[in-house]
Amino acid sequence: MATEHWEHLEHGADIGIRGYGATPAEAFRQAALALTALITEPGKIRLRESVQIEREAPDLEFLLLDWINALVYEMATRRLLFGRYAVEIADGRLTATAEGEPVDIERHRPAVEVKGATLTALQVVETAPGQWLAQCIVDV
Amino acid sequence: MELAQLERISDCAWRIPSKNGMRVPAIIFANQALVEDMDDKVAEQISNVARLPGIVGAAYAMPDAHWGYGFPIGGVAAFDPEQGGVISAGGVGFDISCGVRTLHTGLQSGELRTVQELLADALEYAIPAGVGSTGRLRLSKREMDEMLLGGAQWAVQSDFGMAEDLDYIEELGCMADAEPGQVSEQAKQRQRDELGTLGSGNHYLEVQRVVEIFDEPTAKAFGLALDQVEVSIHCGSRGLGHQIGTEFLRSMALQAKGFGIDLPDRELACAPIRSELGQRYLGAMRAAINCSFANRQVITHLTRQAFHEVLPQARLTLLFDVSHNTCKVERHLVDGEERELYVHRKGATRAFGPGHPSLPAEYRAVGQPVLIGGTMGTASYVLAGTEEGMRIALGSACHGAGRAMSRHQATRTWRGQQVTEELAAKGISIRSPSWRGVAEEAPGAYKDVAAVAEASEAAGLARRVARLEPLICIKG
Repeated sequence: MATEHWEHLEHGADIGIRGYGATPAEAFRQAALALTALITEPGKIRLRESVQIEREAPDLEFLLLDWINALVYEMATRRLLFGRYAVEIADGRLTATAEGEPVDIERHRPAVEVKGATLTALQVVETAPGQWLAQCIVDV
Repeated sequence: MELAQLERISDCAWRIPSKNGMRVPAIIFANQALVEDMDDKVAEQISNVARLPGIVGAAYAMPDAHWGYGFPIGGVAAFDPEQGGVISAGGVGFDISCGVRTLHTGLQSGELRTVQELLADALEYAIPAGVGSTGRLRLSKREMDEMLLGGAQWAVQSDFGMAEDLDYIEELGCMADAEPGQVSEQAKQRQRDELGTLGSGNHYLEVQRVVEIFDEPTAKAFGLALDQVEVSIHCGSRGLGHQIGTEFLRSMALQAKGFGIDLPDRELACAPIRSELGQRYLGAMRAAINCSFANRQVITHLTRQAFHEVLPQARLTLLFDVSHNTCKVERHLVDGEERELYVHRKGATRAFGPGHPSLPAEYRAVGQPVLIGGTMGTASYVLAGTEEGMRIALGSACHGAGRAMSRHQATRTWRGQQVTEELAAKGISIRSPSWRGVAEEAPGAYKDVAAVAEASEAAGLARRVARLEPLICIKG
């Protein structure tokens, strides 16, 4: 399994997620792990169910917004937490799998409910050849 | 915040003059210490708001203002549709109509002494809180639409509460012109089993004690007296509001160029009030306001049941119910002329002054109750709207203490268990599904709510009526 390469960003009222990777898809995957880590430790989540996600957007930044919002929606409506992600991006289209299990309050001790991804600090950029960063602030 | 960029207009008001495309000035209401502590982002964000089309008067920041997205939290701005005014999904926020409802219990704090822990357990059991919690209600498609049209009125008709509750809710518990048809199936799906849940983050239900009265006649009109026990509920429109915010923020950001709006920050995404998108958002947002009314009404019902089990003599009646994240059509005097404006309040409370026709009869002489949420360990305040506030800030006031520290910094500084134990030593019972959630919401992560309330009064926005301290806190 690839190494974890994500972090959280400071924001006055809320918090940001940032993923790094050699490709936009890898940076998106890492950003999703950062999202999970806001709620609970990703390692505590058993991989029992998987959800397919497909999204299309006019550019990579809106695609990141849609990706994170799709995960927020799937977590909220299915009461799931996700511990592993696989992401592919081709021609502005994202195809992904999120694996996880239903929220177990005793075991996961979920800290916050993410309401949605914001456009604040929303960025998908290649900071150096082969080094991508994908980030945004989420409302919690 | 750098004071050099501000012109001081009074002890508690500061102006950022129009520059860099600002159509109106920005005004920050706060004393010097609060302004100095404010993030520079507040000045940047409130100045950006002042650049939006059709803004009237000024863009205002309340004493608890802090760095938000697009609008600062604690931001107020009014737009005139006649002048190309806009409606902004970012200016309302994700948690549409998040607000505070305060209930009288008819109890004195002494009556709680022996049963405080029992009551805390009963409330924790009765009121679903935290991530992944679900309500006990499942609404059919038809019921969902009726709830989105009827708000708290629907809830009362469905036996969640009493008809007299409605008199003490803004809009009498039912926001007019809601359009459930503009609410996406996804938003409704997200709400399916969230009615009657608190949510997480800074949402809570507190049992409080009145510890100080600042204004005796107004306290009397509000039914507040020393040592009385009150309940305050802080929550919003849950998943439905979040999903509406998410969807319209995206649409508005993508379509802004088509409307010829030059956004200084994408998060200020907006659409002309007189556009199809603007009207669709207004219909959906109003449905979300009703969802928040219904949610707080159902939680009120659950709270009554929990109290009834432990303290059957309690009788829970509404003091008032205010919303923080809204855009409402209101009539205000602008340069001596009454105009119909679309007033955005993001993390700010409506604070109508005495005589306003929308107020319940017994409050009309003293002004609207303004319910200021505090932190778990400090205090909440009840303020009253003023004549002056109507004139200087479109009848608006602060909404809470306002964060002073990021969530990350808070979790590095405190541990939830330790916070809970320290509060227990002060006689405050905390119930929460998450230690980290408690640490993120530690009282020290917030500004001094007393200073915020004092500054609101000094600025003339609202006057202090009573201070309430927590006895029990159910954290989401």
